[in-house]
Amino acid sequence: MKLILALATLCAGLTLMSLFVGSGNVALRETIWAYFGAGDPLVVLVMQELRLPRAALALLIGAALGFAGAAMQGFLRNPLADPGIVGTSAFAALGAVIALQTGIVALFPMALPLMALGGALISVLALLALAGRGARTTTLILSGVALSSAAAALVSLVLNLSPNPFAANEITFWMMGSLADRSFRHVSVALPILLLGAMLIWRSRKGLDALSFGEETALSMGVNVRRLRLQLILGTACLSGAATAVAGMIGFVGLVIPHLLRRVTGGMPSRLLLPAALGSGALILAADIAVRIILPGRDLKLGVLTALLGTPVFLHMVWKSRGRDT
Amino acid sequence: MRLRAVLLAGLWLAGAASGAAADPAQRVVSMNLCTDQLAMLLAAPGQLISVSYLARDARSSAMAEVAQNFDINHGLAEEIAFLRPDLVLAGRYTTRVTVDMLQRLGYRVEVFQPENTLDDIRTNLLQMGRALGREAEAERMAEEMQQTLLSLREAADDKPGPETAVYYSSGYTAGARSLGHDIVTTAGLQNIAPKLGLGASGILPLEALILSDADMVIRGASYQGYSRSEEMLRHPALERMLAAPRLTAETRPEWTCGTPLTLSAIHDLRAAAGLEPLE
Repeated sequence: MKLILALATLCAGLTLMSLFVGSGNVALRETIWAYFGAGDPLVVLVMQELRLPRAALALLIGAALGFAGAAMQGFLRNPLADPGIVGTSAFAALGAVIALQTGIVALFPMALPLMALGGALISVLALLALAGRGARTTTLILSGVALSSAAAALVSLVLNLSPNPFAANEITFWMMGSLADRSFRHVSVALPILLLGAMLIWRSRKGLDALSFGEETALSMGVNVRRLRLQLILGTACLSGAATAVAGMIGFVGLVIPHLLRRVTGGMPSRLLLPAALGSGALILAADIAVRIILPGRDLKLGVLTALLGTPVFLHMVWKSRGRDT
Repeated sequence: MRLRAVLLAGLWLAGAASGAAADPAQRVVSMNLCTDQLAMLLAAPGQLISVSYLARDARSSAMAEVAQNFDINHGLAEEIAFLRPDLVLAGRYTTRVTVDMLQRLGYRVEVFQPENTLDDIRTNLLQMGRALGREAEAERMAEEMQQTLLSLREAADDKPGPETAVYYSSGYTAGARSLGHDIVTTAGLQNIAPKLGLGASGILPLEALILSDADMVIRGASYQGYSRSEEMLRHPALERMLAAPRLTAETRPEWTCGTPLTLSAIHDLRAAAGLEPLE
């Protein structure tokens, strides 16, 4: 509980800070008033329609990735499972890119997160078929590498086929993720799917705990494993799908934060979920503040920072898991 | 012996060069959107045999209709070689590798600098005239252009027009020393980019654009299909800033390449800004 409170305070602090960082040079007082709708209408516009949705998205997407990572690790019983590493985010990006380039989104905005969700779902099912539940780390990672590269190649193909000359330059956005110049349109499109995913996972948290003792034990404890599995698959697909649809692929968040927090919360997946969500939200908020300070106005991709932070932790985990497999 | 060979080779080269100047190229291939348009304006009937595929794209080319009358190429060395041109027109930023390859194969390649100011148009027009052996036509066109340009500049100096921001996709803007800047100022508008310290082309963050409180915003024209770069041009915050009475306009293909047609885009820009038309 203490941990959750501390992390929530951190999130609140960073959200507040995020609201005061930007390329526009506005005095602190004026900025504060603008959030209450007072003062220069243009400053109000910048604060309420540019910075507010950006901070909100950073928090939401971070939380979604942390939640999805923690759930996936519990479900696959492998600490290296993460939507970015097993290819779920890449497939979500593929779904989103297809939705945007075919023009469906222009007619029906919710098609963006829904098609991303569809892509994510396909990847989780493919992963289960390839690696199976409780898979050995090598199999899991190799399947993830294969799925990720296939999806990344298809994303590039779709963008290169686009009649729009700018689309092909946006491969980096989809591969690295960014929150620059997003609007409340993106928040409203992602939010319902994110909430649905979070609810599905939250409701299966007890089953997730039972599952950590093995499938047989869970069955003997009276858990409907089939239903549980379906809920978890759909839940993680919703979270990583909707997050990727509006912000691109932001890797390693769902891996690093649960890994760091597991030392405090212990092995029970249900106790990890909330701290992981809050911690990841804080990480994305901090990263999004950092990209705006390091290169103001230049849209440094978020995934660049998270990958730089995440790779050492990931390598450390791979190092530790050596020998456990064979 | 060796010296004689060199001398002979020199003589032969000089002869070849003067020969080329004497009779103008008969099979001209252009592989750059901007040289396409200058060539189409100046070439004698039948002289220009192929233009780049972009010349037919109405979103990039101010002469898409005219380009329908020419074969198109995609700027690939092999494709160009099969057309057996005696003159190839390329831009300074046309794929370097292709231009090198064509020169190695012995094709005559005339390279044009991009037009970064309205005065560059005159320079390129005259260069194109020499390359095609159409000096008189080029001279006449340049003279006509100069007259219009003078009257536009005179009108622009009259009184400072509205403060204007140019906002292309991905947040690029027309900084000082760019064709876009010259178009805006010659139309009698004040470009805010130099005031914000942006050079030839800089990125204007959406926040800075909104806070600049510009009287007029000229947005880049959108292509077909979705891109995130262009989604920014329709950001709800920007749309709300641009609600009347702020003036808006869109860039036109005439902005991409400097040609005599660019002047008509300037006249239209004056109209969009509510300035009185010139005679």
